[in-house]
Amino acid sequence: MTAFLQSTFNGLVSGAFYALLALGLAVIFGMLRVVNFAHGAFYMLGAFGAYVLLAEAGVPFWVALMVVPLALALLGMALERAFVHRLTRLDPLYNFLLTFGLTLILQDLVKLRYGVQSSPYEMPAGLRGSVDLGLFDFPTYRVFILGFAVAVCVGVWWTLARTRVGMVVRAATERPELTRALGINVGRWITPVFGFGIALAGLAGVLAAPMRAVNPLMGADLIIVVFAVVVIGGLGSIFGSVAAGFGIGMVQAWAEAYLSAFPIVAQTIVFIVMAAVLLWRPAGLFGRAEAPA
Amino acid sequence: MLRIENLSAWYGEAQVLRDAGLHVDPGEVVTLVGRNGAGKSTLLRCVMGLHSGWRGTVELSGTALGNLSADRRARLGLGWVPDDRGSYATLTVTENLTLPPTVGPDPWSLERVYEAFPALYQRRNSAATTLSGGEQQMLALARVLRMGARVLLCDEPTEGLAPLLVQQVGDLLREAKRHGVTVLLVEQNLRFATSVADRHYLLAEGRVTAAMENSEVRSRERELLSYLGI
Repeated sequence: MTAFLQSTFNGLVSGAFYALLALGLAVIFGMLRVVNFAHGAFYMLGAFGAYVLLAEAGVPFWVALMVVPLALALLGMALERAFVHRLTRLDPLYNFLLTFGLTLILQDLVKLRYGVQSSPYEMPAGLRGSVDLGLFDFPTYRVFILGFAVAVCVGVWWTLARTRVGMVVRAATERPELTRALGINVGRWITPVFGFGIALAGLAGVLAAPMRAVNPLMGADLIIVVFAVVVIGGLGSIFGSVAAGFGIGMVQAWAEAYLSAFPIVAQTIVFIVMAAVLLWRPAGLFGRAEAPA
Repeated sequence: MLRIENLSAWYGEAQVLRDAGLHVDPGEVVTLVGRNGAGKSTLLRCVMGLHSGWRGTVELSGTALGNLSADRRARLGLGWVPDDRGSYATLTVTENLTLPPTVGPDPWSLERVYEAFPALYQRRNSAATTLSGGEQQMLALARVLRMGARVLLCDEPTEGLAPLLVQQVGDLLREAKRHGVTVLLVEQNLRFATSVADRHYLLAEGRVTAAMENSEVRSRERELLSYLGI
């Protein structure tokens, strides 16, 4: 029982990263109809941003947690204005190529400066050690990640569900043309929404820095799973992306714990789940078939 | 109020409108009748700025709309009531009503909408797509009245509605007209058209081929119905 709970908790922590990244992808896809293949690179930049700030300027983790996502949001908005924006009217393949190309460029730029080896990031002082959760001790930092990610997801949900901005984003996501015809300048919201999605990726990156290896390829490994998560949750579904993020994190942890005799199954469980979900519900668990424009 | 001159429009290679022209004076309700595929919806979409591939002139209150985007046109007072009623599944009934900005001098308040449509009030927190077809049509009309739109562009608002609901749509349009709202209405139901409208245009193969008064539509009803294939 304790072992089960422990792996469930570990699963929720990896799930927190999946959820934050999938949420950003879902928000961006909903508003722009662009699958952002550069999302993993922005996650990596988030972690590197925290590392560089600490190593070269002594900026502590808590400041990086605020500053890095903001800076990446600005970078994302600039890239959206400069490149993504020009391609949205063309075949989606063009933005696939663009964002994939961006990933390679960003990865190699970081590689040029810092090499491929992992850079160590010191755990922030207040979050070292572990907490007693009754049945077992659990690293304090992981508890913090879980709580923080859940708070961010709830905050995003609340913003989308309860505020005027959220209403406009929902309307523009569901029916962009109708929303314009009702007097709303949909285009004005596209760049900030893209920046916001990127900020979430950067936030996940900063959170990852103290517990995961900070290296130029850290996003590339993770993003494949995140795409599977987004497909399972339903492309563009906000709730689906978060639920599938945490769900897949747990499934992966259970598979590692209990299917260690079948390593091939344990390593590919995400894609097995994805295939099964798609056979059962082609639009994903919480997705709906595309509404007419 | 609304003037359309030499409007031509294409879908790819296919020409849908050929030098169509019409005008709607302030406070008038004018219908556009024509067979399926005559270009009625395309004409409304051109006025709203939703169709690319057009040429000609569309003027609102004497100002040419040119290449203005749809949202700018809406903020100038055009109210769009699409043929599929345009309900948002991810927005509640109240959100569907309050999403658009108010654009005119005399917008309906939310209270007034709910007073006029108790059924919408009862379902105010439900997703708009869970309403019946008739309720969704009322929602679409109430939404542009709450915007305070001065010119309504209504694409077949009575299509598929039961007679009692058709009557309600008619009452609503007449009430809007009493408050000085101008309406361009695409309509196949001639009885309904003559009960709400002042004048009528016949659109055939992308051209406006006839302008008729109510009396003329009534006297030519049989001929028109057989032409429209109803």
